[in-house]
Amino acid sequence: MDPKTYKFDTLSLHAGYQPSKNAGSRQVPIYQTTSYMFDDVDHAAALFNLERGGHIYSRMSNPTVQVLEERVCALEGGTAALATASGMSAIFLTIMTLCNAGDHMVVSSQLYGGTVNLFRLTLPKFGIKTTFVKPRDTEGFKKAIQPNTKGIFGELVGNPGNELMNMPEVSKIAKEAGIPLIIDSTYQTPYLCRPFEHGADLVVHSLTKWMSGNGSSMAGILVEGGTFDWMQNDKFPSMTEPYEGYHGLSFAEEFGPTAFTMMARAEGMRDMGPCLAPQNAWNILHGIETLSLRMEKHCSNALKMVEYLSNHESVAWVSHASAPGHPDKELAEKILPKGTGSMIAFGIKGGKEAGAAFINNVKLASHLANVGDARTLVIHPASATHSQMDEATLKFAGLSHDMIRLSVGLEDFEDIVNDFEDGFRAAKKPRLVANK
Amino acid sequence: MKFKVRGIDTFASTGGRPFDKNKPLIVFVHGSGLSHMVWVLQTRYFAFRGYSVLAVDLPGHGLSSGESLKTIEEMGNWIGDVIEAVGCKQASLVGHSQGCLVTMECVQQHPEKIKTLTLMGGASAIPMNPELLSLAEESNPKAVDLMMDFAHGPAGHFGGHPVPGLYHLNVGSMLVQNKEIKDTLGVDFRACDNYKSGPETAKKLNLPTISILGAQDRMCRLKDGKKLAEMIKGSEVHIIENCGHMMLLEEADQTLEILKKFILEKDPINPQ
Repeated sequence: MDPKTYKFDTLSLHAGYQPSKNAGSRQVPIYQTTSYMFDDVDHAAALFNLERGGHIYSRMSNPTVQVLEERVCALEGGTAALATASGMSAIFLTIMTLCNAGDHMVVSSQLYGGTVNLFRLTLPKFGIKTTFVKPRDTEGFKKAIQPNTKGIFGELVGNPGNELMNMPEVSKIAKEAGIPLIIDSTYQTPYLCRPFEHGADLVVHSLTKWMSGNGSSMAGILVEGGTFDWMQNDKFPSMTEPYEGYHGLSFAEEFGPTAFTMMARAEGMRDMGPCLAPQNAWNILHGIETLSLRMEKHCSNALKMVEYLSNHESVAWVSHASAPGHPDKELAEKILPKGTGSMIAFGIKGGKEAGAAFINNVKLASHLANVGDARTLVIHPASATHSQMDEATLKFAGLSHDMIRLSVGLEDFEDIVNDFEDGFRAAKKPRLVANK
Repeated sequence: MKFKVRGIDTFASTGGRPFDKNKPLIVFVHGSGLSHMVWVLQTRYFAFRGYSVLAVDLPGHGLSSGESLKTIEEMGNWIGDVIEAVGCKQASLVGHSQGCLVTMECVQQHPEKIKTLTLMGGASAIPMNPELLSLAEESNPKAVDLMMDFAHGPAGHFGGHPVPGLYHLNVGSMLVQNKEIKDTLGVDFRACDNYKSGPETAKKLNLPTISILGAQDRMCRLKDGKKLAEMIKGSEVHIIENCGHMMLLEEADQTLEILKKFILEKDPINPQ
């Protein structure tokens, strides 16, 4: 006897949506509205006081966005989710729900540059401090924990250097300390890895990337695993003690495995309001319908690119967890059995100048500040996505001036290679063609 | 709130309002392996409308200490003690699934304490599938997956939780896995399987009763729910279409509306 609950591909197409409650519309409708009619005064009061479910105002929730939230939640194996205007707002909302002024976070050093800036420069303005730890320094995460530490945050595969954080081991450290492990799983999507199965407590995504795949819309999401016990210690009073904003409600007591998301919505969306537009939610839902198919092709193209780059005379080094000799290959095989993703970092011989020439001379690969598009993308992180870091921070984050970040798309592999050959040819004569 | 029942720490949600023994009391009793959290879309409403509510965690469940009670009869008796422990003389009872058997037993053992009875997704007997029972008693997580499958109707399997962002099946699964499966779900399933006196108890009930049933319930089938209602003198029956066993979440609004109408009429805040 086996459960007949729906599996991954079916959930990608159907989770969170019932046509019978939406005029039989097979496609998810776009509820382009700011607000929702109340039945009467009693109904309004019940909605405002979290006595019953439903929609009040699209800053807090929207029926189209709700489908996206449930769909990602189902795919991740979570209990609850909250979609936001971008991946960065999902991270900000998570930290602001978790921490108060005077609190501290332990954070992996290899992150998207914007996330580094958030922890390094912006959160201290709110009294939240961070200790950065190199992703492979598992013991370092333990050593960095202080009495006021409220969580550990990291990208499973660090941007842009592709170093892996040992999520199962770091999870044990977090559990021992009674704090949640938060994983940014944008690079993996739930198709490649479901972090809750490896000990994560909260997951964030930039849905703008592979989940959407079409490069059309910004979106982010927070997903809760439902496993973290907020009442195990006195570290999270805003979750466990009566909350004045809802007549003394204790989120942990009332909502248990969905408490964090309920609080993030009730307080964070109410007060900060980084809500997702329904049109964008709809665009992302379209992408998710083909997530499995796209991720398989992303990964197979990436494997071929790793082989091609590893044997290229103009390439100094290649970093991808599938590459021979990659220090995290064994860990990747364990927690990313379906594939190690389509992000590749490589060093170009000739350093920064050669890198600029390469990027200026590829035509098929798009030079832009995004990853996870269906199209192949390239960028030189030290002069773009991570350019606001000083030299020391760049070094600590594992970045070098010869590094090119490649997001492998779904084009025919031969076409990508032909394009790269043009780039490499130009890189050999950087001074002649750098500004072409 | 935490309080002592038979000397053991017991937790009950009061729906976000301080408990007041002078207000009419409604006690909510959860199903197998679950906890007070399944009632959040019913309890808060009544708590903010002049009632005192207690969504109890049975011993060993949710936030309550102690060991799980082994029989439906013991659980029913324990609910009677809960009412006394909080200083009340009477209460309306609302049970879901196994909670229906427990609340019926409570009425049988403490008839003077119970004003009204609401049975959601109930039947006079809940015999367990032997394989499911074994899996639960072995703490095999597959028992929880099977339970979530059976407990939700076809629509519930797609999602569509009344609270934006929540996903039915995984919320239920986490509630059960909050404790060791064999110590809660395993014990509860065995208690349900062993309980044979449901029909006899139902026929003796003589108080305002309502049955709320899911048309596509696969845990306690609609025909069994109807049969139970027929056994109870004067019982009202409401059937929620396109809904499985978890009507209190799958169709929380409809469930609340039916419950509201019944409680406000049969156990009003200011009786005339």
